[in-house]
Amino acid sequence: MTSPVREDPALYDYRAWDERLPIRWPNGARVAFWVAPNIEFYELDPPTNPIRKAWPRPTPDIQGYGTRDYGNRVGHMRMMELLDRCGVRGSVSLSVALCEHHPEIIDMCRERNWEFFSHGIYNTRYVYGMDEAQERAVIEDSVRTIARHTGQQCSGYLAPALTHTERTLDLFSEAGGLYTCDLFHDDQPTPVRVRSGRPFVSVPYSLELNDTIVYVVNRIEPRRYGAMIKQAFDRLYREGEKGGTVMCVPLHAYQVAHPHRIRAFEDALAYITGHPKVWVTTGREIAEYFVEHYYDQAVAKWGSEDKGEGGDGA
Amino acid sequence: MALDPAYLEYQRRRYGMDHDRYEWSMLSRRAPVAWPNGARVALWVNVAVQFFPLNQRGKPFPPPGGMSTAYPDLRHYTLRDYGNRVGLFRCLEALDEAGVTPTFSVNAAIAERYPQLLERLNRRGNEILASSWHMDTLHHGDLAMDDERELINRSLAALRAAVDEPVTGWLGPARSQSGNTPDLLAGSGIRYMGDWINDDMPYPFATRHGELIALPLSLELDDQFIIQNNLHSEWEYADQVKDACDYLLAEAGKTGHGRLLALSVHPWMMGQPHRIGAFESVLKHISEQTGVWSAPASDIVAAWSDQRA
Repeated sequence: MTSPVREDPALYDYRAWDERLPIRWPNGARVAFWVAPNIEFYELDPPTNPIRKAWPRPTPDIQGYGTRDYGNRVGHMRMMELLDRCGVRGSVSLSVALCEHHPEIIDMCRERNWEFFSHGIYNTRYVYGMDEAQERAVIEDSVRTIARHTGQQCSGYLAPALTHTERTLDLFSEAGGLYTCDLFHDDQPTPVRVRSGRPFVSVPYSLELNDTIVYVVNRIEPRRYGAMIKQAFDRLYREGEKGGTVMCVPLHAYQVAHPHRIRAFEDALAYITGHPKVWVTTGREIAEYFVEHYYDQAVAKWGSEDKGEGGDGA
Repeated sequence: MALDPAYLEYQRRRYGMDHDRYEWSMLSRRAPVAWPNGARVALWVNVAVQFFPLNQRGKPFPPPGGMSTAYPDLRHYTLRDYGNRVGLFRCLEALDEAGVTPTFSVNAAIAERYPQLLERLNRRGNEILASSWHMDTLHHGDLAMDDERELINRSLAALRAAVDEPVTGWLGPARSQSGNTPDLLAGSGIRYMGDWINDDMPYPFATRHGELIALPLSLELDDQFIIQNNLHSEWEYADQVKDACDYLLAEAGKTGHGRLLALSVHPWMMGQPHRIGAFESVLKHISEQTGVWSAPASDIVAAWSDQRA
């Protein structure tokens, strides 16, 4: 049985930017700044999903696979040391199977007190076509795997390869989740309506500044990427005086940590962290701070009651 | 609607890679490699000498840079042929001027079509590595193993008959491989291949006929990738290569671990009169740095192999 598709996702209500919440971040910061390294594992020969092909070339697509593998073999260490130098703790968007494949990377991130959140099992396994029980199994597996290998409760979710169903955020909330990175509609956190009725928020995670979108989709030159990041920061810092903003730079070591790209990025990151009124933080800390201080106010003003569907309906 | 339950099974969810071709290994955790004379960066400039056939089949995909209009695509056929007639000689002059050693990856069809060109390359004494028959003989999973073996052996035979030095390196057209390619290469006297682009150093690669060395030929720094795929200008290309050189030199200096700068150059691209100046500026920058070892690809492989524990 298929249900009709919706005209809008009905996850949040409209809010005009000039009516934003007068958020005050800790210590008077204007911008809550976070960096989200995507630490991913792509399979060489994944099973076929009926809706989306994993690789453009026939198996084995060694070009696509090798491109991603470079991030774990070579790029991760460069990216991590760069974040260390700038005093940034990463919020890791994790293909959780990487805990099993490459535990050395997990250990190094854990030692740095980085946050881990779920980006699915593998970035070559899509939820398209899954029923509710299957998608719940994927989400619960990812939450369980993060807890087992890092000791952390998984608070955030970025759907694997940005593949969603209408139920994705409901299921993640029911698995104990607090925030989603899947929505790109605002520069402040937004309450998100989920059927559990629990507080659940969208934390801005920029696709426009995501290095993979920049390099692969928009094919931007590395020094210009650095300039774009600085321009975005300057504007959000200025506007953050009226009401705190959020800036995220999502990364992939297989893109940003190439020798011809990493210097321009480090220059931009050092520019941001060199400003005084910046809260350099993680996705979870932004979500928790927002829920504690502004969630009720936002719901009262713009609404976000639960869907009232209840239960675990199949 | 539900997916086949097998879609939620993860047979290779385990420590290391999801295949048995090479070991999981972070570059930063490997034993240091020192290049000759204290060099920090080994430079492999791979100059592609290619033939794109007019009657391209495009199976299983059109080779990047290949024919793209309806037959006969005189436009792209001749643009690529320009590289072998004109662009290559501009690139050679630039390389010689800067004292940079090229390695030529040659489609074996060149041996038949332009033997005089191959002989000129042979007489230069630079290394020649094999690059299948031509740009439309792609290696892929639907290619029968016997057919692929014949393709590899025919290509190697044509090049080895025309080239004085041993042909021990391989680069697939569009860096394409089937699941059998590494086994067939190792069984045909190939020692190293450039197709896997997952590292900034050589690494060992297992086959059914013994070990190959993977010598990654960077795609992200490839002139065709930056200029034709990403649509960056020739000067933005030059900036990126210079930034990469500087970064790798600094990283090698800081860690004491040698690094590889692998540049893939296409004469039909960089040999155009409006681009050659940018290529010259890249070569000038690199040749002015101390600590760069410009070497044939197989010398880099040998220097790396000699230091393995």
